Amino acid sequence: MILKKIVEKLKPTFSKGGKLGMFHSTFEAFESFLFVPETVAKPKGSHIHDSIDLKRTMSVVIMAVMPAMLFGMWNTGYQHFLSIGEEVSFIDTFFYGFFKVLPLIIVSYVVGLAIEFTSAQIRGHEVNEGYLVTGILIPLIMPVDVPLWILALAIIFAVIIGKEIFGGTGMNIWNPALLARAFVFFAYPSKISGDKIWVAGLENAQNVADGFSGATPLSFAASNEIDKLPDTMDMFLGIIPGSIGETSTIAILLGAALLIFTGIASWKIMASTVAGALCVGFLANALGGTPYLEIPAWQHLIMGGFAFGAVFMATDPVTSAQTETGKWIYGFFIGAIAVIIRLFNPGFPEGMMMAILLMNTFAPLIDHCIVQANIKKRMKRKSIL
Amino acid sequence: MLKIIKLKRGLNIKLKGEPEKIFGAAEKPVKYALKPTDFIGLTPKLVVQEGDKVKIGSPLFLDKNKPEIKFVSPVSGTISAINRGEKRKLLSIVVAPDYADDYIKHDVDDLEKMTREQIINVILESGAFPFFIQRPYGIIANPNDVPKAVFVSCFDSSPLAVDYDFALQYDAEYLKKGIKVLSKLTNGNVNFGISKKMLGSTIFNTEFLNVQNITINVFDGKHPAGNVGVQISHVNPISKGDIVWTIKPQHVVMLGKLFEKGIYDANKVVVLAGSRVERPCYFRLHAGAAISVFSNQIKKESEKENRIISGSVLSGAQISDDDYIGFYDDQICVIPEGKYNELLGWARPLRMKKFSMSHSYFSWIMPNKKYNLDTNYNGSPRAFVMNGQYEKVLPMNIYPVYLLKAILANDIDKMEQLGIYEVIEEDLALCEFVCTSKIDVQEILRSGINSMIQEMS
Repeated sequence: MILKKIVEKLKPTFSKGGKLGMFHSTFEAFESFLFVPETVAKPKGSHIHDSIDLKRTMSVVIMAVMPAMLFGMWNTGYQHFLSIGEEVSFIDTFFYGFFKVLPLIIVSYVVGLAIEFTSAQIRGHEVNEGYLVTGILIPLIMPVDVPLWILALAIIFAVIIGKEIFGGTGMNIWNPALLARAFVFFAYPSKISGDKIWVAGLENAQNVADGFSGATPLSFAASNEIDKLPDTMDMFLGIIPGSIGETSTIAILLGAALLIFTGIASWKIMASTVAGALCVGFLANALGGTPYLEIPAWQHLIMGGFAFGAVFMATDPVTSAQTETGKWIYGFFIGAIAVIIRLFNPGFPEGMMMAILLMNTFAPLIDHCIVQANIKKRMKRKSIL
Repeated sequence: MLKIIKLKRGLNIKLKGEPEKIFGAAEKPVKYALKPTDFIGLTPKLVVQEGDKVKIGSPLFLDKNKPEIKFVSPVSGTISAINRGEKRKLLSIVVAPDYADDYIKHDVDDLEKMTREQIINVILESGAFPFFIQRPYGIIANPNDVPKAVFVSCFDSSPLAVDYDFALQYDAEYLKKGIKVLSKLTNGNVNFGISKKMLGSTIFNTEFLNVQNITINVFDGKHPAGNVGVQISHVNPISKGDIVWTIKPQHVVMLGKLFEKGIYDANKVVVLAGSRVERPCYFRLHAGAAISVFSNQIKKESEKENRIISGSVLSGAQISDDDYIGFYDDQICVIPEGKYNELLGWARPLRMKKFSMSHSYFSWIMPNKKYNLDTNYNGSPRAFVMNGQYEKVLPMNIYPVYLLKAILANDIDKMEQLGIYEVIEEDLALCEFVCTSKIDVQEILRSGINSMIQEMS
């Protein structure tokens, strides 16, 4: 309760009219982080409320990302030592990756939250918890060697242009995390594509082990070198080069299980994304022609960012379709378009990011059609006597 | 065989302090009041003064715009106070009872011989007309309308609610009479909604079937299956221009008494329930009784504040301990206030004393546990972030978030298209309960309905 006393003592200073009144949003954010506010229900309305709030929701998502993040840290170390042909202990492997990834996470949170707090301050709103999730997702979809200043720039772009100018969390059209990635993708393509950037230290490495290329499964596939694809099991477990958090399908599935069980992410979106990808995959199989078109459709699910995108990005409650029917359509197109880009676009080996951002754009349209159908039905309804 | 309408969506919130099925003995109230604020959108016109003698059924005020609608005294006695609030807004007309049971007598004939107009006139004259709530809007019906149907929900699915099967067990005859009255008021159906549990054992079932023009609809589902709005939407949804009347079961009984005995008898059954009540049970009282009669039933501890609610915990109104039972309410709930800070509450893994529909807490492990919920918001307000939550607790073909957004944008056309005619606050009450962003759904909805009324008048 000492904590409570300190908060109470500081409160007048940070309240409107107080010495530091300009920081009242920031103060409130910390206060409500520490203490669930004592606000009680209004005299009219629901007098009781569910114990869930946005902080709880977001912390569940962060927990769901943990397996993918921890695996990503280990894999960062593993790929690095593999590239230089050294064998080190599990602990060393993990901590090499940990210290590679940690700066990215710190930069992501510091830059993102600074913007988030500032804009909450300007608007006089409370700080929204949305960035807590975005802040962990952004580093996980970056190559580990992305320069920190580029990361910072991408976050500034994504948070300001992608979210705050629309009114903050809840009002944005595109998933901010993917927008950050898209920014790097188009502004600094050399930092996020090619074969050399996915493994820590590989770009400037002098002593690369024989036969180690550093290319991701997708880039092998895109160049039709199917024989060089890693083992299916390796791809499923995630012992492959790629963005930090995207490689391990199994770790992502653990997160997906938590999200589906808690009901926080829509299983419909995840399922229909998979269905969309498989549909196009099977069509490609039937079409045939190149070795890439002929790889089994399900392999798309364990390569690249598909799983990560389907579980953590497509299901973003703000930018996905809002209607239950809409979610099926939205997810299906994400899966389908992602695989179409992979198979038929020579420029981009990975299509998940594009597919999700594109469908984010169309999600309101899908919802509009669904809601319009409901309206039409209501308007046409004859009254029964 | 009756068709059972199965509602999959909804939520039963199990609270501590459910009323025991016994009638408690309350002291005689020393004050009764009629509160114009219970009637949404009403501009009252006072017709009595302090000190006036009134009988049971004497008008206390009228509807200024439709003076034929009278609001009458539930007891005989003397007007002891007329309370006004800001801008002289009429808050309550208090009657000190003389316990003389002096009734105003109305001429009632055999129902079969009376025309609809005559019946309506008796209802208006006796002060029973405000029993009828119309949909759309949830306001007092217009006596000049002929509704396309009348709906009565015979069960209340909200937490700590009255079980009408028990409450009205001695009133079957009046209920039957009341139903006959209802059937005279519409050219369409009189629809009674009963729950699946009530099949067979209930007073309702056998009584209803004897009356013509009655449809019984059986609902099987969680709250809000007992909300009349939900039932309407599944049986005969309201389209633009439709008018449906709704009435509560206890008021049907009063209507029956009116046409049986010619008097306005405001005697009704009320439950006193909630975790802050010593022994939650049923009481027989007159409408408008001062709740001070319950003061010795409510737990008092100096460090704990109570919230007294007239109506359900999901959509009732907070009242003070010297206030009166609301006109339409048959439930007084007392729960603890939640004015406290909880250190890192959202981060606590278990929080076993709190209830959540979401699986991010663990209340799903014990589906039968009863909770002592308080009035804390358990969070702070945010913009709409999560989706699909409201739909899980709203068994109607409506997109609630789109409707609310249309209201926030004050887009009248969109509100109409998205089904604002079909809902009132209680129907969306659970949406407010489950909302992650702690949005005041019911308040927004009412403001939308009010702009709708303004626009259409």
